[in-house]
Amino acid sequence: MRPFTYAAPQSLQEALDLLAKANGTVRPLVGGTDLIDQLRQRRKTADVVLDIKRIPEMHRLEYVAREGLHVGAAVSCADTAAFAAVRELYPAIRASCLLVGSVQIQNRASIAGNVCNSAPSADTVPPLVTLDARAAIVGPRGRREVPLEEFFTGPGQNVLRGDELLLEIVVPPPAPHSSNHYLRFIPRNEMDIAVAGVSSLVALRPRGRICARARIALAAVAPTPVRAKAAEAVLEGHVVTSELIEAAAEKAVEACRPITDVRGSAEYRKELVKVLTRRTLRHCMASLGQPLES
Amino acid sequence: MATVSERKKTRYIGKRTPKYDALERVTGQALFAADLHLPGMLHGKVLRSPHPHALIKRIDTRKAEALPGVKAVVTAADLPPPERAQGMLGGELLISIMDLRRLTIAHDKALFEGHAIAAVAATTPEVAEEALDLIQVDYEVLPPVENALEAMSPDAPLLQPDLYTKTLGEQPERPSNVATHSESSRGDLERGFAEADLVHETSYETKMVHQGYLEPTATVAHAQPDGRITLWTSTQGIFGIRRSLGHLLDLPLGKVNVIPTEIGGGFGGKIYAILEPLAALLSRKSGHPVKIVMSRAEVFRATGPASPTHITVKTGAKKDGRLTAAYVKLVMDAGAVPGAPIGGASLVCLAPYKLDHMKIEAYDVVTNKPRVQAYRAPGGTPAAFAVESHMDQVAERLGIDPLAFRMLNAVDEGDRMTDDRPYNRIGLKEVLRRVAKHPSWTSPLPPGPHRGRGLALGFWAGATLTSTAHVLVHADGTATLVSGQVDLTGTRTTMQQIVAEELQVPLESVSVRVGDTDSTPYTDLSAGSRTAYSFGAAVHNACQDVLAQLRVHAADHLTAQPEHVEYADGRFWLRDSPDQNVDLVTVARRSTFRATGPICGRGTVTRLQPAPQFAAHVADVEVDPDTGKVTILRYTAFQDVGRALNPTQVEGQVQGGAAQGIGWALTEYYHFEKGVMRNPTFLDYRMPTSLDLPMIDCELVEVPASDGPYGARGVGEVPIVPPAAALANAVYRAAGVRLHKLPMTPEEVFRARQATSAIG
Amino acid sequence: MTFVANFSDTTLRKAVRVVAKLPLSFTVNGEPRQVFVQPWQTLLEALRDELALTGTKEGCSNGNCGACTVLLDGRAIVACCMLALEAEGQDILTIEGLAKDGRLDPLQETFIEYGALQCGFCTPGFLLSARALLNTNPAPNEQEVRLAIAGNLCRCTGYDKIVRAIQAAVEREA
Ligand SMILES: Cc1cc2nc3c(=O)[nH]c(=O)nc-3n(C[C@H](O)[C@H](O)[C@H](O)COP(=O)(O)OP(=O)(O)OC[C@H]3O[C@@H](n4cnc5c(N)ncnc54)[C@H](O)[C@@H]3O)c2cc1C
Ligand code: FES
Ligand code: FES
Repeated sequence: MRPFTYAAPQSLQEALDLLAKANGTVRPLVGGTDLIDQLRQRRKTADVVLDIKRIPEMHRLEYVAREGLHVGAAVSCADTAAFAAVRELYPAIRASCLLVGSVQIQNRASIAGNVCNSAPSADTVPPLVTLDARAAIVGPRGRREVPLEEFFTGPGQNVLRGDELLLEIVVPPPAPHSSNHYLRFIPRNEMDIAVAGVSSLVALRPRGRICARARIALAAVAPTPVRAKAAEAVLEGHVVTSELIEAAAEKAVEACRPITDVRGSAEYRKELVKVLTRRTLRHCMASLGQPLES
Repeated sequence: MATVSERKKTRYIGKRTPKYDALERVTGQALFAADLHLPGMLHGKVLRSPHPHALIKRIDTRKAEALPGVKAVVTAADLPPPERAQGMLGGELLISIMDLRRLTIAHDKALFEGHAIAAVAATTPEVAEEALDLIQVDYEVLPPVENALEAMSPDAPLLQPDLYTKTLGEQPERPSNVATHSESSRGDLERGFAEADLVHETSYETKMVHQGYLEPTATVAHAQPDGRITLWTSTQGIFGIRRSLGHLLDLPLGKVNVIPTEIGGGFGGKIYAILEPLAALLSRKSGHPVKIVMSRAEVFRATGPASPTHITVKTGAKKDGRLTAAYVKLVMDAGAVPGAPIGGASLVCLAPYKLDHMKIEAYDVVTNKPRVQAYRAPGGTPAAFAVESHMDQVAERLGIDPLAFRMLNAVDEGDRMTDDRPYNRIGLKEVLRRVAKHPSWTSPLPPGPHRGRGLALGFWAGATLTSTAHVLVHADGTATLVSGQVDLTGTRTTMQQIVAEELQVPLESVSVRVGDTDSTPYTDLSAGSRTAYSFGAAVHNACQDVLAQLRVHAADHLTAQPEHVEYADGRFWLRDSPDQNVDLVTVARRSTFRATGPICGRGTVTRLQPAPQFAAHVADVEVDPDTGKVTILRYTAFQDVGRALNPTQVEGQVQGGAAQGIGWALTEYYHFEKGVMRNPTFLDYRMPTSLDLPMIDCELVEVPASDGPYGARGVGEVPIVPPAAALANAVYRAAGVRLHKLPMTPEEVFRARQATSAIG
Repeated sequence: MTFVANFSDTTLRKAVRVVAKLPLSFTVNGEPRQVFVQPWQTLLEALRDELALTGTKEGCSNGNCGACTVLLDGRAIVACCMLALEAEGQDILTIEGLAKDGRLDPLQETFIEYGALQCGFCTPGFLLSARALLNTNPAPNEQEVRLAIAGNLCRCTGYDKIVRAIQAAVEREA
């Protein structure tokens, strides 16, 4: 690896000072499961690697009634998935955390790293987008929050400025009568990057099958994670039936702008979006106690 | 040696004795090449061509040499002149020494992406890496030849202007990318097709895949001031490496000592010298020991994967299922220099079928890819994928059960291999009978949609070659087996069993030592399923020699003639007066100072009969109709192993081979774009994980081989042969589509289904 | 901790290559260790090159093969994706520390008995992944076993005997 220096400040202020003053490229580090290999392969450079795991605020993992879930930037995917509130209230977040790499990777990797690395295929992002999660960012000008949906600007690119850090991800409490699910497609059964991923969220009106709110977010089929708004519109305000789900699945494809690469062709990716949208929506309905006959 | 086909009662043979060297492996003590550290050792790194095909106009290494910490930089100019670079190197695939020289480091032309251009030795890996950046190379980029069919077209760019096709027919006038065109035939093909009620023709394609051994290629070289070179290296054959070094560096064999380290998998891919000559050159130039360890990407790009193929199969059959004729055309991609496994593929393709009329044509073609090496039954997997897929289609068109069809046409002892050698004792029919009775075949598929079962056969002739072993008996009666035979597949374990069995001593009193080229006599490489079989025979012979020598000493002690001495269980006695006896320990102790002196038994074999291996695999799969993804529900491997010397080890070979075949079938391939590999990581080169494979059930059939120890056959190669075809046949039944290409990735299966539904 | 020199010094990078080795104190296989490492050295490199603990293997250098698996405060991680300095103050278990007081771990025993290794290059990683599993889940089913070792590639065995050996160790420990 090319030489760099390493810093592990114990306070947020120290970290921010360092970001502000350092000459050269500073790279925040959490699990290192993206960063270290990128440095080794020289896909990224660093003059300073800034380990944020010794900063107490970065370890916040808390559920606050009405506010929702706070996942600090230094919290691992494994710890997130094991957290009681996540188990109970955010099954799709849990599922996606448990899809990131292997056990070894999950023990180090963070949602923050997944988000900041900003790969279109990032698995933890689509569920967070469907849940209207926000990225809490700190910098010299204080704290700001950005809806996760607006966080990404391109493959590997996002709204973070060079002097800012992602502090935590904040996820509002799930709506009543709602269900959320994430599925991705990979050729193997583990240790693969999504060819396509879909998270669906369905909130029903009290009693009955009318969809009050739908959110569908896609991974690996556009330069950034994207919402399939047209597909959501198909569902909202209507009784959810198999036919409607089928129509939504077709519509979801319209949000895709996939590429053809080593992992799959653009056409196949679109097909997968259809399949995964259908499957996640059906799963949501089933877990809301409204299974649809197939 | 004597045939030991009748089954005697054995003490260790056939038992699940624990792996000889397991303890050092579970405790992290086993030393692999990358684990070595010598005083003053430098780190070597290799500059590799980013272009698959390019002329090298100029290499400027001055800046790199000037970098502090850099101790040597080498290019092709540092190789001694090629006077001694003559002849061919054996192993599993042949390679000419001149070609090996060219592969080691590009001379004036880069022949594949990843081709070594220069190498650097420096005090740290970081400095070596930085030095690579400072080497300036001027390339004139040429269009790459991307696949064998393209390479064969008359207007394809030529890789080597001096390559002329070797063929039995007319000698060509123009150079070509086709290195060899071979033919083997029997009978009258046209007549055979004329007799047929059904003539069926299909074509298949397979891509480049890698052995995927977990240990990246690594080597340490130390050039001594007196010109001797010592190499610690991860190889399947130390004598082949020594010979290569001798040729490439112009050294007498006695000046090169190759010490085998533990080897973290080879599967045919660690046979010829790749890093060794570079490390030796760097060490010579710098005067320090030099270690080179490849990155995983380098392993993919610059070692030796398995050949991509295009195969056409045409057969004729009678209504009742009997085959009347078969024609197979094999086009095999060797990569940068000649040597694709056309021999192996030609032997495997029609091996299970009795045919009066047949013809096999094979083409060994060069392209701008890494030069292939052997990969477990080299050539066998693509050949069987083609033929076994084809035979399933023929059986279906004739309305015959696939197993019955194979039984009807199966070869037996006395029938001929495709190269016309007669089969000695073989177990194909026994294997098929076992399948016919086994629940994996007879029980219904577990209920569910889109499920199917597939069957396919596999064959491997098995190499024999030369093997040598020494067995020493120490003064306390314990013994050590010494040889230069690298332990690739658990050889030490089975050989310990053989020695203990033959000397009738406890397993614990037998040690096994793998020595180096300086201190052990020549033995061929560990590959081709030959080790247990041929090396086992040598060990068996060495033990007989030990017993003969011991008898002399016992006779001396008992003042009798050796012919009158009997031996069993550590005791010698006179046949006519059993009271006169002496134990092994006493005899062994006396041997250190009496009569014919210390005991050193020598065993060698150079020419055993082949012990052909047949296998049948049965796979149950489920196909996700929406995504095309294939899930294996159940997998059973049937194999004639002759005699399972150690069932645990044999099952391990069968399961490992099947797993590799499954990866080849479903997910693994080199993704090339314009000759550049785009997936040189374990993330995107998708080898099966624990979640991708079921338990692999093994049904070992034991039809003793005609020759060799205890009737055992080689077992390591054939398990990789049937999986791709077994899965293709299962996918066909599960999803209604026939895949003619490997790998059967979800996307390929999905597209195939789309294509058929568009028609239907 | 570990603040290095003056970050505004742009020539630092070059200088660092030659000089800076920083102290790292951590516990390895139960013993406190102090070594000097470069900031860009991975934990894997520190273990293998500085502590000569070469039982931890390098098969891919990017987290995909699990050959470099070690336990960090009891959890399985891949040492090639972590900087050595990140381990400051932490507890590392490598394959060399798995057998305690000359007694093999039950997993080591069953790996030998069931033939769960061939070349053995992957074995240290598998043993540690399996150890981490059994430490938190004393009665895993086959699927859980397979999931726990899915980040460890083995090319020799097809996993069959590895899974069986882990299951056997579960029984032995029960
Ligand atoms: C074997 C393997 C398998 C993988 N499988 C998957 C998978 O299935 N799905 C998937 O989505 N990903 C996968 N990944 C990628 C990776 O593990 C994830 O993206 C992971 O979530 C990254 O988290 P990290 O903490 O390791 O990030 P790091 O590598 O530490 O950081 C990632 C990037 O984010 C920046 N960063 C981190 N924290 C902050 C912060 N607080 N503020 C600003 N910038 C920050 C870093 O500078 C860096 O550029 C895999 C990786 C490996 C090695
Ligand atoms: S070397 Fe670390 S995971 Fe492969
Ligand atoms: S035993 Fe060789 S890779 Fe697992």
